[in-house]
Amino acid sequence: MPNRPLLPLRKRKVNKMAAEQKESVFKYFVRQITSLPRTPGNIATLVIFAFGALITIMRFTLGIDSVSNLDDNNPWGIWIGFDLMCGVALAAGGYTCSSACYLLGFKRYHSAVRPAITTAFLGYLFVVIALLYDVGQPWRLPYPLTVSFGTTSILFEVGLCVGIYLSVLFIEWSPVAMEWLMSIRQSEGENAVHPKVYKALVWLRPYLRRIRKIVLWMTIPLTVMGVILSTMHQSSLGSLFLIVPSKLHPLWYSAFLPVFFFVSSMAAGLSMVIFEGTLAHKALHNKMDETHLAEADGVVLGLGRACSVILAGYFMMKIMDIGMDHDWHWLFTGYGAWFCVELIGFVAVPCMLYAMGARERKTCYMRWAAALTVAGIIVNRFNVSMVAFNWQLPSVDRYFPSFLEVMLSVFIVTCIVTAYRFIAAKMPMLYELKEFKSHH
Amino acid sequence: MKRRAFLSLLTGSAAAAALPVKAKAAGGEFSGHPDNMAVLTDLTKCIGCRKCETACSKVNDLPAPVKGEDRSVFAEQRRTHADIYTVVNQYNADGKSVYRKMQCMHCQEPACATACFVKAFTKNPDGSVTYDPTLCVGCRYCMVSCPFNIPAYRYDSALNPVVRKCTMCHPRLQEGKLPGCVEACPTGALVFGKRSEILAIARKRIADNPGKYVDHIYGEHEMGGTAWLTISGVDFSKVGMREDLGTKAAAEYTTGVLGALPMVVGFWPIVLGGAYFMNKRKDEIAKEEQEAAVAAAVDQERQRGEAAAKKALDKAASDAKKAQDKAVEAAKKEAREALLAEQAAAAAAEKEGE
Ligand code: SF4
Ligand code: SF4
Repeated sequence: MPNRPLLPLRKRKVNKMAAEQKESVFKYFVRQITSLPRTPGNIATLVIFAFGALITIMRFTLGIDSVSNLDDNNPWGIWIGFDLMCGVALAAGGYTCSSACYLLGFKRYHSAVRPAITTAFLGYLFVVIALLYDVGQPWRLPYPLTVSFGTTSILFEVGLCVGIYLSVLFIEWSPVAMEWLMSIRQSEGENAVHPKVYKALVWLRPYLRRIRKIVLWMTIPLTVMGVILSTMHQSSLGSLFLIVPSKLHPLWYSAFLPVFFFVSSMAAGLSMVIFEGTLAHKALHNKMDETHLAEADGVVLGLGRACSVILAGYFMMKIMDIGMDHDWHWLFTGYGAWFCVELIGFVAVPCMLYAMGARERKTCYMRWAAALTVAGIIVNRFNVSMVAFNWQLPSVDRYFPSFLEVMLSVFIVTCIVTAYRFIAAKMPMLYELKEFKSHH
Repeated sequence: MKRRAFLSLLTGSAAAAALPVKAKAAGGEFSGHPDNMAVLTDLTKCIGCRKCETACSKVNDLPAPVKGEDRSVFAEQRRTHADIYTVVNQYNADGKSVYRKMQCMHCQEPACATACFVKAFTKNPDGSVTYDPTLCVGCRYCMVSCPFNIPAYRYDSALNPVVRKCTMCHPRLQEGKLPGCVEACPTGALVFGKRSEILAIARKRIADNPGKYVDHIYGEHEMGGTAWLTISGVDFSKVGMREDLGTKAAAEYTTGVLGALPMVVGFWPIVLGGAYFMNKRKDEIAKEEQEAAVAAAVDQERQRGEAAAKKALDKAASDAKKAQDKAVEAAKKEAREALLAEQAAAAAAEKEGE
């Protein structure tokens, strides 16, 4: 994000107030936010937030159909197909990276774990937030676990796992925030922390220290739990569609949907770590410590090699599945062409790129492959949940998202990016604080 | 090691997820209540008067059907909606107009009930499938899963959107009344009774009228069987009824996967725990080896250091000696030269003296 201001900076209010305790805590935070530089990025964020606010108001006063094109034939649109399906798949970097590092012994991925966990945590958090807009009565979301247990439903399992996993991710991620809070020191002048806030921080410190110790001590069990829960719900997102053999196009419908979803989620998660690392590298280079920078290329090569193996396996499984279900003849239809685009363009090609990158030790191949894989996951989840779903209905009854529906998804993604930027700027995510250096 | 680790991840997941395929058959134990009621729609008797639609909206307190009972509605295909529990559509099949009433099929093992994660749907002993709006979260998975595209949603309600569909007039059945549509049908195209008896009637109609009916009772086995049965004089696919649904109930497609979950829960801790401890042990061994190597290196270094020091000392000594020798030599040379010079001077002086 370039820091050049687009509009002239607002004259900063001379601030002696914080120190003199006249400013209220609320005003202090407002000042912190309003004094942000007006870069193009920040202004775009602001505009999207305004859309978010508008959609929120409309959704909860006028109903879902005031903002979306969902209808009786198409009960699930991009809020499920993108925000939930893709959000969860792309957040799979959390469990893949942490289990590679802590359980499978790839210690050199250590510097990739924190960004991956952060992305995963934010991803899942905003999956749940997006669901608040999509489900009819979000205040009843705890019902499946408290009031009436629909244990025969795949969605029950998805909800259960996503709920627990979000908590696990929060715990796994919390040391980042705790280390940050503990490391805040009082400074002078405009940047002074509000005295009341600072007092609270000082009071919190010993507790945070203790909680952090406990959390770090739980790393291994939490990581194992992450893998179990992820296996279950990543695959269950595919299982959701097992119940609709008559509605999902035979090229995409398969008894192995859960396997496909799980395997592709691993590739998606790892690619997302590479992809996001590339972006972060460009924007946040100065926030990375030496370990991170030194390990970055090795991490990319290692993850990329793993990805090429996973994608190759996935490709083979998809082909075998077509053979097993005798779906060959479908390949010569329009849907078949699209299926081939997905399977070759977004699975075979990145798989080969990854393999080439691994052989020639070229990280730029890896980065392109990562971008393609991420796009491919989105294509696949869109296909299963929307494009190939209801394929037998006449085109007038098919679904296409409305503008505001898309804007809500844009808003959700912007929230994630903004939170990520905040965390990367303030918290020890891409670097380690000296006082908390881990010995690995 | 790396490749093996990732392969083990792969095969692990494949094993865990391959199980459901085998376990699938464990599905349908429940196939409806034995004596449940059913409705038969005889398409050969339906004249498209849509009196059933009017009756339905009346008994369910829904807005009256659009355009009343005007036949212009047949211009387009309609489906059920939040305010319309049943619709009659017109089809042009084999050159004649055929009408088909569409409503919830009241499946024996409903997909909607299997899919709902708060059990909002109930298959009642009378055969009807009803919905409890006080439980519904509004995920709409029931609508996704219904093979007949029946449930509709109140998308226009901000705070209390609910699913809406035909109840087979469950409340009226409990009062001993007929479903509204059955009561209103003037031609006897709709017949209500025990499912077993309805099936017998349908079979008899087909047998008694050779050539009049297609020899199939739609709903006897479709999707595990339904409580709304249909017989027709034309192919069912020509009146918008899918013939490719299969006879498996919806639950059979998913119970296998759910059954495999405990395996996943048991499987990962073992594999990952094993991997973790193996790696830990490996690290320990590596550490020990490293320590040993470091000790050896230090030892070697010290020896080499001592040797080097000795060599340096020797060299220094010899250097010093050499320097000394050189100095002595230089001094001698100087002395010799001086002597020579003296002698030469003396000789010259002598010569002068002569
Ligand atoms: S037809 Fe659809 S809504 Fe009616 S019981 Fe069957 S699955 Fe449920
Ligand atoms: S929309 Fe309501 S009734 Fe339908 S599956 Fe979801 S919670 Fe159950």
